Amino acid sequence: MPDQCATTSAPPDALSETPVVFVAKQKNALRMAAVDALALTLGLMPGMALADARVRVPGLIAVEADEAADRHWLQRLAQSCIRFSPHVVQHPPHAISIDITGVEHLFGGETGLVDAVADHIEARGMIVRMACAITAEGALALARYALLPVVDEAAAIRALPVVALALDDEATLGLVRAGLKTIGTVAARPRAALAARFGIEAVRALEQLLGEAHHPGTPLQHRSPLRFERRFAEPIAHERTVAAAFAELLHEAAQVLQERGLGGRRFRLTFDRSDGAKHRLDIETGAPTRDAALVLRLFDERIAALSDPLDPGFGYDRLLLTILLAEPLTATQPELDGEAKTDGALAELIDRLSTRLGPASIQRLVPQDTHIPEQAQLALPAIHAGAPVPWPTPLKGEPPLRPLFLFDPPQLVEVIAEVPDGPPHRFRWKRQLHEVRLYEGPERIAAEWWWRKGGEQSGRGGLTRDYYRIEDARGRRYWLFRHGLYEEKQQPRWYLHGLFA
Amino acid sequence: MRFAFPLSPALAGKTDRLSPKLERWASGIDSLDATLSGGLAYGHLHELYATEAIDMSATAGFAVALGTGMVKVGKRILWLRSYREVQLYGVLQASGWVELGATPENFIFGLISDRKDLLRSAVDALRSNALGAVVVETNGRFSELDMIASRRLVLAAEKSGTPLFLIRADAEPSASAAETRWRISSAPSRALSGNAPGAPVFDIELLRQRSGPSGMRWQLEWDRDRRIFIDATASGALVSAPLRRPAAARDARPVRHDQRAA
Repeated sequence: MPDQCATTSAPPDALSETPVVFVAKQKNALRMAAVDALALTLGLMPGMALADARVRVPGLIAVEADEAADRHWLQRLAQSCIRFSPHVVQHPPHAISIDITGVEHLFGGETGLVDAVADHIEARGMIVRMACAITAEGALALARYALLPVVDEAAAIRALPVVALALDDEATLGLVRAGLKTIGTVAARPRAALAARFGIEAVRALEQLLGEAHHPGTPLQHRSPLRFERRFAEPIAHERTVAAAFAELLHEAAQVLQERGLGGRRFRLTFDRSDGAKHRLDIETGAPTRDAALVLRLFDERIAALSDPLDPGFGYDRLLLTILLAEPLTATQPELDGEAKTDGALAELIDRLSTRLGPASIQRLVPQDTHIPEQAQLALPAIHAGAPVPWPTPLKGEPPLRPLFLFDPPQLVEVIAEVPDGPPHRFRWKRQLHEVRLYEGPERIAAEWWWRKGGEQSGRGGLTRDYYRIEDARGRRYWLFRHGLYEEKQQPRWYLHGLFA
Repeated sequence: MRFAFPLSPALAGKTDRLSPKLERWASGIDSLDATLSGGLAYGHLHELYATEAIDMSATAGFAVALGTGMVKVGKRILWLRSYREVQLYGVLQASGWVELGATPENFIFGLISDRKDLLRSAVDALRSNALGAVVVETNGRFSELDMIASRRLVLAAEKSGTPLFLIRADAEPSASAAETRWRISSAPSRALSGNAPGAPVFDIELLRQRSGPSGMRWQLEWDRDRRIFIDATASGALVSAPLRRPAAARDARPVRHDQRAA
């Protein structure tokens, strides 16, 4: 009884007349990792150097191979194959095996299932080779090396070349040199002699091909999505009933999350009204949670923040709670002094305010590695910011060197200086004249020329700023800068950039 | 529609509000602490008015200093403002907080444009018991902050013991339930060697105190390293060899490089 079905897929033919090859760097040379069907007919093979291939086919298109993308695509294909059987195993780089024991009758027998899988894969733009065998290894070997379609499975396996054993090159060559060209001839030899000559792996591979041994593989894990719904025979419109039904849903969700050791980060509640209208409410928390009361409060905030309130109309006939994002959440023990509790209260406050006002409204400031003052901090939404990043501490005994407020953009001021590149003597800001009493400077901050195109050439790296800390006669402290040195610019302008405390 | 009420716990028992014993923070200035009967109270509303709009940075700096001094270990400070203040006074700088001895990693920062949302968020933050202090920075008229709203803020602050600093610039003092009301401007600092501006000095005037004397004025210098205030009008001997020139304000003139060494 054949119980495994293997598929091997390849990208579809290019419609154009130009062959396409995928290249990867192997041993310091660009070699072809995969080629399309047209390239194959022109004699290009995977493993050939790209330079050689270009000599043979000058017009070929070479694309860099992306192994990660291939893996990702294979995984997505494998995920989608879970519709045929719960036991799907990936065999990178380009094969999937599906355990079809006991499921083929659902698709009208083995041929019906094979057709369904072929349709499914081909609908995604792939070329597929499929074969069924008793073991996954057998099916894979048939799909790779046999002439399709396979009529007599046992005979087809025995007729396979020894490459199908998937041994290393040396062992395969050894088998061929010993005159063993097919699996059938290898199987006819005593196993002990094979093990002595080619290692126990050869015997194991042979047994798996012949269906004498079984290797389960690592099936894809399939978890049902976190969806919880309530359908009502009669539409419900009363606020209390809706709230009670929703509370039940949340408790159900909390229980499932608890079983899986997860906490929800993003929740979506969908109301289906009896007239077909749908309302969606999304909330997000900063830390994974399965606290039903907390999630309820956040949904309350969300509802309160709606511009037009929820209208139940003639009632809702379905409530659907989806947990869009869940993260691992283990049980925590509160500290003896209750510190974990304040952290929880803080996270809850941030969640509430972020839900009500939008995540961008509640921020945390994170230091950036730059000297340019206006780029020295980054405001991240507190809900996404993660652990706080410590800021560098100033030297003891120094006065404040950075202002409390920074104008964005800096404000143009008129400055009178005693000498052209000296400190300001007095300045006019917002039509008011300020006499400079104390000053310190300049603190010279150069532009980050390394980010600019051609910035390494003199004169193209951006203007240098000379910053001065200034206190006026009334004790107000300002941060002024001259934009450009005199050798960089004809008449550099002065700007007020910040205010000190 | 509200969901929470079927689940929400029964209303907590009425709190005993007859004589809330307020915890206080000693500022380091004896006369100031004596006037405030022990120091600035936790769990209450303190209004800080900027003398002129330009004194906003001094007022904010004073609030940072107070917050830094008063906040308990491991607690966070929430700073609320709106885009209007960003346009008028600029972007709040974490590096500036660091320079005043604060730890910006303990700050959470809210940009809320709607005044009602601002007040509601402040009340929620005060109630949450998760914060060490809340600062609300506003500019101009604030008609939403009437007696009822400020009473609500005070009640929330009293319950959790979290101090609230309400910074107001370009505004006239109005009736409120605040414990103290201050008017703040920056004052000339003690020059460091080389005629450089020194540590920030604030000129503060106690406009009103709910249960105590008012009308006094101080000049305080913020000592970042010790996180206390120093009286700037008393002996200036705390800073080593300061170039203290009381008349400096009158003949203001920057000192040139060649003169500074002398």
